[in-house]
Amino acid sequence: MEMISEQLIEASRESVWLALNDTVILQKAMPGCESFEETGENTFEAKLITKIGPVKARFKFDVTLSDLDPPRGYTISGAGQGGAAGFAKGAATVTLSEQDGTTVLAYHVQANVGGKLAQLGARLIDGVAKKMADDFFENFKQLVGAEAESTSGTPD
Amino acid sequence: MIENGIGASVRRKEDQRFLIGKGNYTDDINVAGQTHAVFVRSPHAHAEIKGIDCSDALAAPGVVAVLTGDDLAADGIGPLICGVTVTSDDGEPHRAPAHPALAQGKVNYVGDHVAIVIAETRAQARDAAELVDVDYSVLPAVIDTGSAADSGQPQIHEVAPDNVCYNWPFGDKEGVEAAFAGAHKVSKLDLVNNRMVTNPMEPRAALGEYNQGMDEITLHLTTQNPHVHRLVLSAFNQLAPEHKLRVVGPDVGGGFGAKIFVYAEELVVGWACRKIKRPVKWNGDRTEAFLADAHGRDHVSTAEMAMDENGKFLAMRVQTQANLGAYLSTFSTMVPSYLYAFLLAGQYSTPLIYSEVKAVFTNTAPVDACRGAGRPEATYLVERLVDICAADMGLDPAEIRRRNFIPVDAFPYQTPVVQCYDSGDYPAALDKAMELADYSGFSARAEEAKSRGKLRGIGLSSYVEACGIAPSAAVGQLGAGVGLWESAQVRFNPTGNVQVFTGTHSHGQGHETTFAQLVCDQLGVPIENIEVIHGDTARTQFGMGTYGSRSLAVGGVAIARACDKLIAKGKKIAAHALEAAEGDIEFVDGNFSVAGTDKAMNIAEVAFTAYVPHSYPEGVEPGFDENAFFDPTNFSFPAGTHICEVEVDPDTGVVEVVKYSAVDDFGRLINPMIVEGQVHGGIAHGVGQALLEGCSYDSEGQLVTASYMDYAMPRADNLPSFDIDYAPTNPPDNPLGVKGCGEAGAIGAPPAVINAISNALGVRHIDMPATPEAVWRAAQQAAAVSA
Repeated sequence: MEMISEQLIEASRESVWLALNDTVILQKAMPGCESFEETGENTFEAKLITKIGPVKARFKFDVTLSDLDPPRGYTISGAGQGGAAGFAKGAATVTLSEQDGTTVLAYHVQANVGGKLAQLGARLIDGVAKKMADDFFENFKQLVGAEAESTSGTPD
Repeated sequence: MIENGIGASVRRKEDQRFLIGKGNYTDDINVAGQTHAVFVRSPHAHAEIKGIDCSDALAAPGVVAVLTGDDLAADGIGPLICGVTVTSDDGEPHRAPAHPALAQGKVNYVGDHVAIVIAETRAQARDAAELVDVDYSVLPAVIDTGSAADSGQPQIHEVAPDNVCYNWPFGDKEGVEAAFAGAHKVSKLDLVNNRMVTNPMEPRAALGEYNQGMDEITLHLTTQNPHVHRLVLSAFNQLAPEHKLRVVGPDVGGGFGAKIFVYAEELVVGWACRKIKRPVKWNGDRTEAFLADAHGRDHVSTAEMAMDENGKFLAMRVQTQANLGAYLSTFSTMVPSYLYAFLLAGQYSTPLIYSEVKAVFTNTAPVDACRGAGRPEATYLVERLVDICAADMGLDPAEIRRRNFIPVDAFPYQTPVVQCYDSGDYPAALDKAMELADYSGFSARAEEAKSRGKLRGIGLSSYVEACGIAPSAAVGQLGAGVGLWESAQVRFNPTGNVQVFTGTHSHGQGHETTFAQLVCDQLGVPIENIEVIHGDTARTQFGMGTYGSRSLAVGGVAIARACDKLIAKGKKIAAHALEAAEGDIEFVDGNFSVAGTDKAMNIAEVAFTAYVPHSYPEGVEPGFDENAFFDPTNFSFPAGTHICEVEVDPDTGVVEVVKYSAVDDFGRLINPMIVEGQVHGGIAHGVGQALLEGCSYDSEGQLVTASYMDYAMPRADNLPSFDIDYAPTNPPDNPLGVKGCGEAGAIGAPPAVINAISNALGVRHIDMPATPEAVWRAAQQAAAVSA
């Protein structure tokens, strides 16, 4: 499936770019994410729990950042095994552009699932994937927006 | 006339046990010390296996064994085979890739078998199966039937370049081309025969027991043909010699073809029970049935008909690409070839037919016979094309059929495609069906429907099929590895009751009743004193099983022949007892009598005498027990016309089948009620294919219709009450005068439904399944064109 959308974030492009490379923020933004740890240069391991229709699984994703073009964007891709639930893989191309002091975060997500997820949850996958992507970028926007607000601070 | 004999709608004897919940299916059988197996299946459509780590699974609670393809290879078991050879256009046999029962280095479809995990309980086996760590290196997959052989596609098997199993041209190509060149009109249609999941109600299961003392394996299986399973597992898969292998198919809950084949799970369970020296039980779940039962159909075709100025068919040309899936299932090669191209004449006198079939491999489940097997594909193509021809010639669909029917006086009729139809009266079935359907009143009904905003359409399908499979010499010539005769043993016990052993098997068809009626009619024994026994290689003599609507047309004749032998012997015994000449003994309704006298004895008394031969004719063996084998001289050719009437809601695309009339020629009916049930089931199956059922893989080979959430089966509310009648003819090539009825509905229905929908929408064609979305789009497009 394929999803294209964007978020307007009340923060500078530089701070959004930093947040996109901040594992703490990425973990908090990702629905069901239990851990998000760096394993090498631009590679990470993420663990998350997800429930799609009748299939609940704990996924271990190998996440890679590529096409890094600071602060204009990157591609974040991941492939993971969910045990008996099957597997999922996907990539999101994230593009940041400035707009009147705020940042437009545009994303283009492509995702595929296999195994039981595809067999039992096929009709649910599109909706779930869209919701997960939307939730992630919505959470990310909130987190980055809050951070930007707190760092800009209240005037003395 | 004998009560409960031929022609009586006797209630099914077997239903007693089914209705009280005392059926005995494979999963009902449990034995002491039994372990439970779960298969680890590939989640990828195409991948190399870099390694399999079973250590965590082996350490899991309750696990007895975890076995992989390496263990299987080390023991020299397998591979699975395909039993019919098709010669490709290069003169070589079809390409047959190795088909290991557990993957060896590579998986080729989602659901492919990678390992078996055996544990004390099923839950433990399931949990442990999740711990088997398979390192896959994913390869690009080939999924789409039509493009599987295109250049640039990934290769699945080294032995099959371009993913081609065979190219099989058949017929008079030059003659057909010349006829097309001189034709008044050529009609052409591209069409798809949608892939189906076979969906028997009972999923497949296997229970293997190894008797170490006797060095024997007993395999309880969901099988339509226990002896075929035993033969293949013994002779080709090296499981055990035939005399050391017993295959039992107890009650079987539907098959529709899917339980003919020898599957990986069956071989692996049989092998594993000997290896671990404990019984091993595998009961497939519904998801596994979707993933790994052989699927059906899946053709992409182009069909063309050349006609003269009167709409008379001059020649037909067909190109078909058929998907065989990832490996060759047991009889897969013959389905899109011999069972398909030999039926392309349909009911018509088309003098020249040429077809080219390209069978391809894809990274999908193996495809094999499914109710009708090849004949539904042929019938759908012919009957859709004929409607296109009618439209192109401005003729009524009934009229163009009538002009091209094989005339009644032309039987036996040699078609240009091998088959010689022994009997038929196609105009009679058409006339009767049109009357039953009130064809002439259709336009008034369509007008009335229009006033309600509905589009009403009517569609005809005049089908013929070839079943009663099959003359051994004919199938041998074609490359089959087996003969397709059938066997019977009819045994009287001393107390006068009868056991009938047949090599066919029932998976829901009611053989225990139909065959009992046959014997009751012939021997005059009350039906309650007759027991039909099948499905167990240790109880019944060798037989070929049930498929291709062969059980009555072939197996029934063998039973009748055994009865004939009993009567002949009984006459000798009665003549001695009644002190008359053998030639003076008449046998009527169960009684041997001396002609013109009141001296008589019934067959039970004769049987008793045969077992207690104190006073007995010289030279006659004791006992009253005869067997017979019957090899048919021809296929049988059921035929008929089905007429479907639909109403389409153009705003929602929902199709309602409002009327369905079927007039079939099945020859003589033994049990009309059972026949009617078979017709109902067949039509439902065909309507399901036409409207609802579509097996679908995504572009990466994931089966996205893998549950009943996503794969729609026909239900009662999709179907009207059927109007059914018969227009029988007597088949001279069948000694019982029967033709077979189990597949006819599934063959006749799909084109009738699609012809009706095309008629309603005023479109040239709509592919199956005609789901509301597809129909709505077609309706919108048609409306836009006419606006």
